[in-house]
Amino acid sequence: MSLATLARNTGYAFGENRLTLTAAIILALLALCAIFGPSIAPFDPLTTSAATKLAPPSALHPFGTDALGRDILSRVIVAARLDLGMAISAVVLSFVVGLALGSLAGYFGGWTDRIIGRAMDTIMAFPLFVLAMGIVVALGNSVANIIIATMIINLPFYCRFARAEVNVRRDLGYVEAARMGGNGSLRVLANHIIPNILPPMMVQASLNMGWAILNAAGLSFIGLGVRPPTPEWGIMVSEGASYIISGEWWAFMFPGAALVLAVFCFNMLGDGLRDLLDPRKRV
Amino acid sequence: MSFVWKRLLGTVPSLLGVIVLTFFISHALPGDPAAFFAGPAANAASIANIRTTLGLDRPLPEQFLHYVNDLAHGNLGRSLTTGQPVLTDLVERLPASLELSAFALLFAVGLALPLGVWAATRVNGPVDHACRALVTVSAAFPTFFVGLLLVYIFYFLLGWAPQPLGRLNEIAFSPPPHVTGAYTVDALIAGDWVVLRATLAQLVLPAISLGLFALAPIARITRAAMLEALSSDFVRTARASGLPVGKILITYAFRNVLLPVSSVLGMVFSFLLGSNVLIEQVFGWQGVGAYAVSAVIASDYAAVQGFVLMMATLYVLLNLAVDIFAALIDPRVRFEG
Repeated sequence: MSLATLARNTGYAFGENRLTLTAAIILALLALCAIFGPSIAPFDPLTTSAATKLAPPSALHPFGTDALGRDILSRVIVAARLDLGMAISAVVLSFVVGLALGSLAGYFGGWTDRIIGRAMDTIMAFPLFVLAMGIVVALGNSVANIIIATMIINLPFYCRFARAEVNVRRDLGYVEAARMGGNGSLRVLANHIIPNILPPMMVQASLNMGWAILNAAGLSFIGLGVRPPTPEWGIMVSEGASYIISGEWWAFMFPGAALVLAVFCFNMLGDGLRDLLDPRKRV
Repeated sequence: MSFVWKRLLGTVPSLLGVIVLTFFISHALPGDPAAFFAGPAANAASIANIRTTLGLDRPLPEQFLHYVNDLAHGNLGRSLTTGQPVLTDLVERLPASLELSAFALLFAVGLALPLGVWAATRVNGPVDHACRALVTVSAAFPTFFVGLLLVYIFYFLLGWAPQPLGRLNEIAFSPPPHVTGAYTVDALIAGDWVVLRATLAQLVLPAISLGLFALAPIARITRAAMLEALSSDFVRTARASGLPVGKILITYAFRNVLLPVSSVLGMVFSFLLGSNVLIEQVFGWQGVGAYAVSAVIASDYAAVQGFVLMMATLYVLLNLAVDIFAALIDPRVRFEG
């Protein structure tokens, strides 16, 4: 697909589907928050102030302040980097590792396939969030380990997908031709098969982003990974939760809404991308 | 019956995989299990001591045999926070979690099946759009956030729900005599309607917030499968023969929906068991999930490990039940087995 066609198709998909366009714009804004967060935020996200604790939303603090008097808007903006960063790194990692393992399993079959398949089945034998908890606790409580845990529980989906896609292609004419031309197995895989399965894998990845965000936020909600003063949406919801019973709703509502917005937009964008790459699924 | 035996045998590799992976996570990964088991207050000497008592200085295969031997004797270690054997703790709290999950599943299935069927019979009608919107939106909401939102609306703003602090307001009511451990069932057995009402009131919000997440995939698959069944030749024939609509919908079409629905149940259970942890945390529910969270916070390693192992075993068994159910409702599954 040439770049011009891609641009035209993208324009077509966005024109067709306003929701995808809106999602893409909101995600671009969130990405801006993630990149420039600390310089956009009106206040320092860590500065506490006893005078303004749990102040309701006002012109000065549009999202109110939390129990330590920190500005919630600033914290929500700054947290975007960590939340999106964790999810993107996890998805990229499981994409790469899953693609590699799945391609090997699909191409070579036999024992390679059996061992990799069994390993993936074993991961899937756990309730995935529970497995992620176990992994983070065993590896040690840190953000890096949250990413690794999220990567591991997503791995089977990419691996199985790549395996199936490689498997149907490995005996096709053009692959045979590449082999006849004297290319080794890995070369055939890397240069002739994998480029063809990348687009559907990308759709898979964008559909997976929302889930990765929910998962990472869930882990930090129960106190794993992110440490308290650090702004992160999941932990902010958990900190705000204690004040619901007394009616201070803003402390949990805004970070939670940020989570919902990010996940919703990634899901919409994923749907849009799927339509873009596979028009048949539109019906 | 041979199908059931074959499937039962099929759980052996899954369970083995679960045991190997939990062993691998706890013993073979970087990070010092002795330090974990010793807890945050340990010093170098007590860590070394624990390393020898737990046999962590031995080669891995030998450690694995010890591990399996311990599991076979139901020995999951001792919890640092409660001081009791982990298995006792877990068994004590499991009924509460199962009760919550069962009600959540009941809510999800009870709403999703009619919704999916209704949406499929009126494609692009208001119910269909509502169904699609619900599916899309609920996929974007973190379970714990839904739980908190419901608490804010129904407890704080409207005052309809009781305070979200556990399974029963223990100041106003005393728990029913212990039979199964599930308060609703125990209250029924004791014939105590007042307590039954109180436990149900506590259950409503957590069950709904947990169930909403399970509702979306079930409703989506019901709608899709129902659409396919309704456009099939046998439904057209049934229509042409002038059979009543109810019979066509239920006897002819809906039965064919059950198989695809049972195939998403595996994923739904994975969600339910995982999100249980989050919901129990939000509602102060004294189940295994809340136990695991406090263990996580206290770095009570044996307890977390026991919890993971128990949830995985439960999940393998639930998948087994789903497969047997699928074989019961559809003979094709039995023969392909």
